[in-house]
Amino acid sequence: MNSPNFQAIYVMWLRQLKLFIRARSRLIANIIQPFFFLAFLGLGLRSITLPGLSSGFEYLDFLAPGMIAMSVVFSSMFAGISVIWDRQFGFLKEVLVAPVSRISVVVGRTLGGSTVALIQGLIILVVSAILGVKISLIGLAPALIFMLMIAFFAVGLGLSIAARLQDPHAFPLLMNLILMPAVFLSTAFFPLEGVSEWMRYLVYVNPLTYMVDGLRGFLVGASSIPLSVDIAVTAALCISTTMLGAYLFSKAEA
Amino acid sequence: MGIIEARNFTRRFNGLTAVDHINLDVEEGEIFGFLGPNGAGKTTTIKMLTTLLRPSEGEARICGYDVVRQPSSVRKVIGVVFQEPALDDRLTGWENLDFHARLYGLDRREREERIEEVLELVGLKDRADELVENYSGGMKRRLEIARGLIHWPRVLFLDEPTLGLDVQTRRAIWEYVLKLNRVEGITVFLTTHYMEEADYLSHRVAIIDHGKILAVDKPKNLKDMIGGDIVIVSCSDPKSLARELGESDWVKEVKVRGGEVNIYVDLGEEKIPDIIMMAERLGVEIESVTLRKPTLEDVYLHFTGRRIREEEASVVEKMRNMRVRRGWRR
Repeated sequence: MNSPNFQAIYVMWLRQLKLFIRARSRLIANIIQPFFFLAFLGLGLRSITLPGLSSGFEYLDFLAPGMIAMSVVFSSMFAGISVIWDRQFGFLKEVLVAPVSRISVVVGRTLGGSTVALIQGLIILVVSAILGVKISLIGLAPALIFMLMIAFFAVGLGLSIAARLQDPHAFPLLMNLILMPAVFLSTAFFPLEGVSEWMRYLVYVNPLTYMVDGLRGFLVGASSIPLSVDIAVTAALCISTTMLGAYLFSKAEA
Repeated sequence: MGIIEARNFTRRFNGLTAVDHINLDVEEGEIFGFLGPNGAGKTTTIKMLTTLLRPSEGEARICGYDVVRQPSSVRKVIGVVFQEPALDDRLTGWENLDFHARLYGLDRREREERIEEVLELVGLKDRADELVENYSGGMKRRLEIARGLIHWPRVLFLDEPTLGLDVQTRRAIWEYVLKLNRVEGITVFLTTHYMEEADYLSHRVAIIDHGKILAVDKPKNLKDMIGGDIVIVSCSDPKSLARELGESDWVKEVKVRGGEVNIYVDLGEEKIPDIIMMAERLGVEIESVTLRKPTLEDVYLHFTGRRIREEEASVVEKMRNMRVRRGWRR
């Protein structure tokens, strides 16, 4: 297969991977944060009892899926948003003037960003296992697919934001003001059962909740929301943001 | 039929007409210079011809393909080097070229051969495996030109190819442009606000100002059009010399500027003795005589009544350099 569109998907994917391997500092920064949470928070609160969870289930087991989801979301959202830098540094024009469809560019970028995110998620998964988290082997394969869905969702979200946001300096602000609270309200750190009523609404409208909860269901066999609901919500969000991102990107002018 | 044809090509931005009903006919194999000051509409024209911007009115064809209705056919036959750098500087030179070659659907063998070829053409073979962030401005520009050639385009668009480069690098880029036009037989459409650049490189030049084309011709014809040569005489009594010269039929035009007389004549070198004799007869003492062949600057001045706005250009260059230098990284 040598059609330009197939090549475009491949080359966009390849570029993301090359940049990922080359940017060691970014890799370390992306892995170190969830690692610290796991190591210090997870081990520090090891013996705490959590409401709504069976005994014999440690805080570290609870925390690990949340940290994996967090690292996947951060990394893929970054991959989507980094279109802003491509625009800023002119590289986007090189892609837009090529005889390939915009959709193939979006698909390539989404696959590239998701691959990178999946690698990071897997690193955190391995770290969790080493720290003593009891990972369900049966749930591993569906968990990987679920992580990929989370990644697609976040890349699409990043692309949509990039289409509307012109200023790269707004990026850290966005991360700290929106993404961090969203992670805190996603049951990544504490279970839904102990949450006060008003906050529970925020948790329920937060898309990340269903992703974190679903991943926890697959990986350690404990979810507060029925797994089918988690899967349905995540799939719907995954499809809609991917399409929105692709649509907005196809309208973009260099 | 021209390889680039535009009819009534127009683009408006919020009531401002950046490109105003221009017509273009660029012949296959020529280097066509698009000369004008910043803000004249050069980049907007290139963006429309390269399918990145839709014209508000009019149409254009490249190799017979309509830029609005057949954008992907147009994209296959053109190569573009943008005014702003468009490289990924976290990749090596070779990787940037490979990325491009794949985007344009070259297979492995074609890619390897062609990348070698274009690297050779711009003299970057031994630096190909370095990260682009370590390249100088001139090397980046050469790499971009090489990249624009990879997919054997029939037309290469160069938007201000030497903007912000030093004089030596500029000369080197000129030689590469002439070479690729000769070696690859490629049609080159280049925009510039440097007079010497348009003059040195172009087979034909279009002068554009405020979105309108004022003249299109060979640089020599344009210069001849404004009346042969200029003899500048610095003397003790310019007014009476000018009055006497004004009555001679071989003088096209005389202008007094300070202590100097500017005399517009054909074959200026043969007229200098006549001018000196006339001055002697009038008792006017001559300090110096300069013969100047007209430049495109004079042509531009003739058509617009203004000198090309160099000072404005330097501001743009500064801004551009700042942008590139800006500290933060992805």
